[in-house]
Amino acid sequence: MYTQAMDLAPKEERAKLRSAEEAELEARFEARIDAGDFIEAKDWMPEHYRKTLVRQISQHAHSETVGMLPEGNWITRAPTLKRKTILLAKVQDEAGHGLYLYSAAETLGTSRDQMLDALHSGKAKYSSIFNYPTLTWADVGVIGWLVDGAAIMNQVPLTRCSYAPYARAMVRVCREESFHQRQGFDSLLVMMNEGTDAQRVMVQDAVDRWWWPSLMMFGPPDKDSVHGTQSMRWGIKRISNDDLRQKFVDATAEQAKVLGVTLPDPLLAWNAERGHYDFGPIDWDEFWRVVGGHGPCNKERLAARVKAWDDGAWVREAALAHESRRAAKKEAA
Amino acid sequence: MSQNEWPLWEVFVRPKAGLDHKHCGSLHAADAKMALQLAREVYTRRQEGTSVWVVRSSDITASDPGDKPMLFDPMEDKVYRHPTFYKLPEAVDHM
Repeated sequence: MYTQAMDLAPKEERAKLRSAEEAELEARFEARIDAGDFIEAKDWMPEHYRKTLVRQISQHAHSETVGMLPEGNWITRAPTLKRKTILLAKVQDEAGHGLYLYSAAETLGTSRDQMLDALHSGKAKYSSIFNYPTLTWADVGVIGWLVDGAAIMNQVPLTRCSYAPYARAMVRVCREESFHQRQGFDSLLVMMNEGTDAQRVMVQDAVDRWWWPSLMMFGPPDKDSVHGTQSMRWGIKRISNDDLRQKFVDATAEQAKVLGVTLPDPLLAWNAERGHYDFGPIDWDEFWRVVGGHGPCNKERLAARVKAWDDGAWVREAALAHESRRAAKKEAA
Repeated sequence: MSQNEWPLWEVFVRPKAGLDHKHCGSLHAADAKMALQLAREVYTRRQEGTSVWVVRSSDITASDPGDKPMLFDPMEDKVYRHPTFYKLPEAVDHM
């Protein structure tokens, strides 16, 4: 998750004054991008490309890390041992995805502490979707189906990102993410087909709450996207927000029928002429409100991350102290 | 700012017996033992490996991308190093 970062940050002025040598390097870089080459960590790259990637990859990492919280909320209350082990594995995967991505960002010259500091101080963003609460067990299934489904749509094109360490991390992430969506759908299917009426109502309620925020995960409409064009040209981003969103709607509208739930959009209808589903307008005011820090759980999520980091400080320090004492002893011997 | 950060390690995993260890990513750990443990958690959650190596990132010496043409291009015109360069009579061409 997720390319929102590319759309949200203020536009940076590109340096106007460049030396002849730099212009030459940049021309060569652009040529490599145009030829579809991958860029590796130690290759020359324009400062703006580096900055865009650090912002994108670190915010993607933050999203994976914060993304553990809404679902982690249900680990101790999963209805069966089977669902509990599945959920544990999934949340552990999210932690892993965060770690792959932090490492990829570090290859660009930022440090883990810098990135975490940006998250904890509220300077860095993460995907707006994780600022919504998980009210019932059905939310866990719906997150797998819709949120992870949207994430996969977003992430698959990133496996072809021009920056190779990011692309490699995304290959790993995508390989694991498919399980996340399938387990979610499977869990909902059990509730819909074998559950009680109350459980079916619970699933529908969760779908009603998560549908629109899931559509927002693809970021603002193309016409309002600040960084879209440059990111597309540099091969950081491969498919536009609106195109991905449409692809997601087309896929999920069919899946909803199999599940037997209604998507909460009266305007959702197949358009034979376009060969796509039409859908109603998205409440972008809500999106910007949540991005701006005023979603239902923004404060709670950030506080949980900061507390985990602060509470773990003594462990990090002790481990370092232990190692330096061991190293000193070894040297003395 | 990063003085309290655990050092960075590169992780290499052997996917199965008989294959080479392959670089698969990096992680932070206080010492080698912890780096191995974390590598197992982060990079082999689905039996991706049968063996793991960890190396302090600062201990790796890498070639400079700027030297790529100097280092690797000279091999481009040495086609005689490949078996396909030699056209042999059909009777012995499976050699």
